[in-house]
Amino acid sequence: MPAIAETRDAVESLGQSTYKWGFETEIEMDMAPKGLTEDTIRLISHRKQEPEWLLEWRLKAFQAWQAMTEPTWAKVSHPPIDFQDAHYYAAPKKKAGPKSLEEVDPELLRTYEKLGIPLHEQALLAGVELPEGEVARPPVAVDAVFDSVSVVTTFRETLAKAGVIFCPISEAVREHPELVRRYLGSVVPVADNFYAALNSAVFTDGSFVYVPKGVRCPMELSTYFRINARNTGQFERTLIVVEDGASVSYLEGCTAPMRDENQLHAAVVELVAMDDASIKYSTVQNWYPGDEHGRGGIYNFVTKRGACRGDRSKISWTQVETGSAITWKYPSCILQGDGAVGEFYSVAVTNNHQQADTGTKMIHLGRNTRSTIIAKTISAGHSDSTYRGLVRMMPKAAGARNFTQCDSLLIGDQCGAHTVPYIESRNLSAKIEHEATTSKISEDQLFYCRQRGLSEEDAVGLIVNGFCKDVLKELPMEFAVEAQKLLQISLEGSVG
Amino acid sequence: MNAIAPAGVSAAAFLNRYTGGDGNATRVQAADLLRRAGLPRTGVEAWKYTSLRTLADIPFAGASAQADGVVVDALLADTVRAYDPDADLPRAVMVNGRFAPDLSRLPDGVSVTRFAAGADLTAHDDVASALNALLAEDGLALTVAPGVDAGRMMLLSVVVAPDGVALSVHPRHRIVLGAGARLSVLDLSVGRGDYLNNPVLDVAVAEGGHLIHAKLQTEDPAARHLAVVHAEVGGDASYDSFTLTLGAALARHEVHARLNAEGGIVHVNGAQLLDGRQIADLTSVITHAAPSCNSRQTVKNVLAGHARGVFQGKILVERVAQKTDGYQMNQALLLSDHAEIDAKPELEIYADDVRCSHGATVGALDADQLFYLRSRGVAGEEARAILVKAFLHDAVELMGDEALRAVLNRAVETWWTRKDA
Repeated sequence: MPAIAETRDAVESLGQSTYKWGFETEIEMDMAPKGLTEDTIRLISHRKQEPEWLLEWRLKAFQAWQAMTEPTWAKVSHPPIDFQDAHYYAAPKKKAGPKSLEEVDPELLRTYEKLGIPLHEQALLAGVELPEGEVARPPVAVDAVFDSVSVVTTFRETLAKAGVIFCPISEAVREHPELVRRYLGSVVPVADNFYAALNSAVFTDGSFVYVPKGVRCPMELSTYFRINARNTGQFERTLIVVEDGASVSYLEGCTAPMRDENQLHAAVVELVAMDDASIKYSTVQNWYPGDEHGRGGIYNFVTKRGACRGDRSKISWTQVETGSAITWKYPSCILQGDGAVGEFYSVAVTNNHQQADTGTKMIHLGRNTRSTIIAKTISAGHSDSTYRGLVRMMPKAAGARNFTQCDSLLIGDQCGAHTVPYIESRNLSAKIEHEATTSKISEDQLFYCRQRGLSEEDAVGLIVNGFCKDVLKELPMEFAVEAQKLLQISLEGSVG
Repeated sequence: MNAIAPAGVSAAAFLNRYTGGDGNATRVQAADLLRRAGLPRTGVEAWKYTSLRTLADIPFAGASAQADGVVVDALLADTVRAYDPDADLPRAVMVNGRFAPDLSRLPDGVSVTRFAAGADLTAHDDVASALNALLAEDGLALTVAPGVDAGRMMLLSVVVAPDGVALSVHPRHRIVLGAGARLSVLDLSVGRGDYLNNPVLDVAVAEGGHLIHAKLQTEDPAARHLAVVHAEVGGDASYDSFTLTLGAALARHEVHARLNAEGGIVHVNGAQLLDGRQIADLTSVITHAAPSCNSRQTVKNVLAGHARGVFQGKILVERVAQKTDGYQMNQALLLSDHAEIDAKPELEIYADDVRCSHGATVGALDADQLFYLRSRGVAGEEARAILVKAFLHDAVELMGDEALRAVLNRAVETWWTRKDA
């Protein structure tokens, strides 16, 4: 395929310009010394003025972590991680808890501006005239997390009027200890796995959302994560609790500067949905993936799990994974309530030397529970991408239903695409269907598009977007636009 | 399949029977592997759903125990009557893991030689093959010369354990087809009593050769069956297999097939019909190591009682294997509230110009289909039988040899009748 090779060469010659979020912000940081001991944890807990129970909870996690070994079953390889060679606490040096945007370091705000994150509420309010060509966005409440510390949360008053709590989790620990204490670790226990235990021990911030009974959250909630400082790990913790009949849509985005060394990101996200509640959790993960030789990039080891505790509750995960040198991530649903629904829509793109091992787990406990898994994997360059998923029907999951579809697209002959589903059923009336395909972009499709005047790049973009359509349409509108662009950028330099 | 974590239970009971006397390098290697890895438990990824830990507690004796001739004769007669009613198939018979020439009737066109440890022990890195290598004492090498069509034959294993003795037998067979040669093998295992049958078969099919391997496993309900097939397939050659698992309390049939040159074809089809507390595992790794090869796999599980069926199937497409066509389908039918299916179909693909897909379904008999049949006057049990047989038909139909397909169909029929009774 000479035409494709040409395009690939042409784009490769552009070099490493493709990661446009690779800037670093110079901000004075308050850092814990390198290394991880009980003292580090006490320091974090002290800095954050945490209650005693949380410190004990952290120490319990730390003990569990020390007894655990890193999981090796994923299809990723990396040099051993020295967990003592990172800072476990890094916060922008500023007086604690900015109360309004005016108090936030202007340097930080500029960072978020560069990222295109709407922190300034005023500009977003309806009626404000927008420059030509810009589309009016619906209001989105944002919690911005900078190196593990939440720097600003917008639209809090509007949300408070509706009864929705949306704040940094460190603040929730102070203001709503009963809620945090009740739900923290209830979905992902402290000793759940190696990285979750590490996160439980050292998490510094993250977002907390509580939607009370019967409330439809009036706007999309969003958290933007950015790793900035050198040699830091980011360990954020997100907890979302949605009560009976309530609903929320939550977006998560992430970026990091370009660096030669690898940085660790080990987050935990817990979702709890009660009767008739619904949570939609969307992620666009764009951590720095490393350069074209596989140098640098984020190691992304994330535990995300949702518990559909109530009857007819629903949790829907949508993810677009384009970043990180290594992605290890399995957003899961535990379908406890009768008639609960779990969904997983995923696009994972790997290029250059990226490795992604991602998928989901759907554990069906309740009767008539349903789950849908749509996973699209695109591998290019020298990358490896794996879908790994579990569907388990427990004996009481009568009438449960699962449908899984995994499609892989290979671009180039030096990459790999793998599918590893685990299917377990212990109920006669449960039904599972699974299908997976692997293919490449066909010459016919390309030829058809080229014939109609599209450039090779655009043609591939169009075909890839078509391949991912089932997932992208699940994203909230503005995210979908961003995700489409991101796909194209991620595949630059590989096309063909 | 190769990564063996030291998570198993001690294989000491088997290792103690190995004297190391003959100094065979493959045995030494196998002993080393078993010492390191032990008998796998479910913590080991390749054995995620099937644990061998129960084997560690059983004081298995070697095959020196004399089989009861009357029982052997009766089993042999029953088997021939059931699956070779005209009694015209040539056969090679193994009794308690040892070749029984007086019970055999060797075919023309196939050269049959007995196992010689030094020459015939091929090293493999999976645990079941290592266990075999450690204790293998006998077996057959079946060789078909280039261009010869050797027709059909039966390879029959009869194991009869004396009362109160647990027996383990580890035959090592080899089938070698020269260029353009053809052979169909009906591979039967039957037995009585408490035993472990651990046969390993090395297959090599040279260019343009065509081997059909129909395996029917109807071991004693108390027995354990742990079989491995390693197949090397040449250019435009084919290894066409079907494994029907009906017997044993604990069974695993593991296939490692490798397509070594362009135009090779591998079929690893199978069905497992289980009842009671049976556990049966069909595990396969099909490696495409050359371009333009084709692999097909259809596996069905029908699970009644408290049975548990396991399917692990991996298609590995290496970087050179462009134009690979790989297809895999596994389906399970649960007939009881207590049955369980665990499946892990796996694609590992390093070449881009390929067509690979897999599908899996799990469910009960379709209520609409049952209703349809009943509304046409077919009673409940009969309707169920029709639907189950139809479910299996897709898979059994794939057996390329018509006569062997008929044998498999008869075995399914017998199983269903016995299950109903």
